[in-house]
Amino acid sequence: MAKTLFDKVWDAHVVEQLPDGTCVLYIDRHLVHEVTSPQAFEGLRMAGRRVRRPDATIAVVDHNVPTTDRQAGIKEADSRLQVETLERNVAAFGVPYIPLLDDRQGIVHIIGPEEGISLPGMTIVCGDSHTSTHGALGSLAFGIGTSEVEHVLATQTLLQKPAKNMNVAVEGSLPFGVSAKDIVLAIIGRIGTAGGTGHVVEYTGSAIRSLDMAGRMTVCNMSIEAGARAGMIAPDETTFEYVRGRPMGPKGEALERAIAWWRTLPSDPGASYDKQVRLDAATIAPMVTWGTSPEAVAPITGTVPDPKEVADEAKRAQMERMLEYMALRPGQRLTEVPVDVVFIGSCTNGRIEDIRAAAAVARGRKVAAGVRALVVPGSGLVKRQAEAEGLDRVLTEAGFEWREAGCSMCLGMNPDKLTAGQRCASTSNRNFEGRQGPGGRTHLLSPAMAAAAAVTGRLADVRELAR
Amino acid sequence: MKPFTKLTAVAAPLPMANVDTDKIIPARFLKTIERSGLGVHLFDTLRYDAEGRERPDFVLNQPPYRHAQILIAHENFGCGSSREHAPWALLDFGIRCVIAPDFADIFHNNCFKNGILPVRLPRSVIDQLMADAKLGANSRITIDLEAQEVVRPSGERIHFDIDPFRKKLLLEGLDDIGQTLQHVAAIDAYEAKTQSERSFIPGIEVHP
Ligand code: SF4
Repeated sequence: MAKTLFDKVWDAHVVEQLPDGTCVLYIDRHLVHEVTSPQAFEGLRMAGRRVRRPDATIAVVDHNVPTTDRQAGIKEADSRLQVETLERNVAAFGVPYIPLLDDRQGIVHIIGPEEGISLPGMTIVCGDSHTSTHGALGSLAFGIGTSEVEHVLATQTLLQKPAKNMNVAVEGSLPFGVSAKDIVLAIIGRIGTAGGTGHVVEYTGSAIRSLDMAGRMTVCNMSIEAGARAGMIAPDETTFEYVRGRPMGPKGEALERAIAWWRTLPSDPGASYDKQVRLDAATIAPMVTWGTSPEAVAPITGTVPDPKEVADEAKRAQMERMLEYMALRPGQRLTEVPVDVVFIGSCTNGRIEDIRAAAAVARGRKVAAGVRALVVPGSGLVKRQAEAEGLDRVLTEAGFEWREAGCSMCLGMNPDKLTAGQRCASTSNRNFEGRQGPGGRTHLLSPAMAAAAAVTGRLADVRELAR
Repeated sequence: MKPFTKLTAVAAPLPMANVDTDKIIPARFLKTIERSGLGVHLFDTLRYDAEGRERPDFVLNQPPYRHAQILIAHENFGCGSSREHAPWALLDFGIRCVIAPDFADIFHNNCFKNGILPVRLPRSVIDQLMADAKLGANSRITIDLEAQEVVRPSGERIHFDIDPFRKKLLLEGLDDIGQTLQHVAAIDAYEAKTQSERSFIPGIEVHP
């Protein structure tokens, strides 16, 4: 029978199928961070269990860490406790760890692919929903809860039932000024935040194939925002080129054997999907969210929608609540919405390509008066690369702050937070109420669009700046 | 894990869709290294104002619902972050069962690992249960996991579906890891086989 990419990776990792269809699924890579792991290690300790495969596990600190000077250590006692707890746990259980002051430290979903820890055809998990990012390599990568973190630490497996297959095909070439972020926001706008529930989404089509790995990771990253268990893109020459030379990946003859296997993974012709969606790339414009759910999104050329036009009572009430929280008026042009803060970073858009896109817009311009703009590279290596290219200077000369790597203002667990009522143009992935700080208002958009917002002081159509 | 068998309790009505895990427990409360104690922060921004005072209009602040053990909500409950702090906060507050038309996958999974029963029922039934729940303290709802039934205050019984494996683990309060370790021989065999077939995959080592 013709199989999908998901079917193939799944089948290659089934250790055993139980009578009711639940599978013991083998996990190739387990990524661990400080927020969702302490209770898992504690559970192991209490049960007298060990980590089954330290050599398939990697730990890093990212969520809590300061993005300013780090030599001074972490000031907040509770954040420091989580970081120190992880350090104690990795030492006690022999888990490989990238320390805070190492150049390779960064957001767990940035460093996995960057180091060659995440590879095609693998099963990859992490106690973090944006593990879907790694699916860009053609792996099955998904977020798990802390009990499952403990389960993987102890057994290197998970108990899972197969997901359903969903295909999102984006065909055609991307118009000028439109990026991977706009594609995925457009997809979520179309299918909704529960559109992928129970499914693994495989992204196909010429627009997806034309993306570089950074863009593919941006798309897969936000699969979870469409409710999907995971997102995947078939490995191809772009993937192999990316993997070549990654520090912890296979090299030489081993790499060639790996590539030979990876070539067998793309979906067979005629493979069928339980659900199928098609988008025409040519119709996608730069996107921006106006509400407190990623599906509340519109082209930058559009206006804030009017709840009066929504028939369903619950949906109308939800939209009214969103507009009240976001302090927006129905019919208001999105390009008239002023911003206070701009955040460029996160596992969605914290790669070198994203920083280049932002710097290209910022070059020779100035951050608008009264706007605070932060650029937080996704990893220490991204930061170093950007500095080698002089992008840090372009950005700081324009008035952006240039920070150390971490999650930062994506979720405000470290000191980088919005204050109540502040409005932020953010390249991250979630615009939930209070996500970036209590009372903060988030507009999700691409790095180029975020830079455009920084220099104009409002949500702006980046295509107009480029002209 | 505490087994879940039968529960008769007050149900709190929360007629909201897309209740995300940031709403259930905001990120600033995730800086704990323990599982317990999160109940006071459950639904923090809905429950308290900026000064930390209770908002009287929020359901869990109202007398009949302060000890609710069942929560009834609308579509896509638990979407967003994978934080298990969300079910921990619900459990610490005392919620043992959430009833909604559907749930986000990771949250749904996390509930079972913590002895919380997520019940999926069609929206039309949710609307009836929501109306029952709004009646307050004397309007108790019963959840019978063995029989797979929700019993309305009127006595009407409503069947719900549940994965048989999950049901067994909940009824017995069994830990997944113990279950899986019964298959350790199969895991050993799988590892041996793939380590030769996929020997091109190196182990992880962090060199200074
Ligand atoms: S950058 Fe944001 S979404 Fe990504 S792992 Fe960090 S907190 Fe989560």
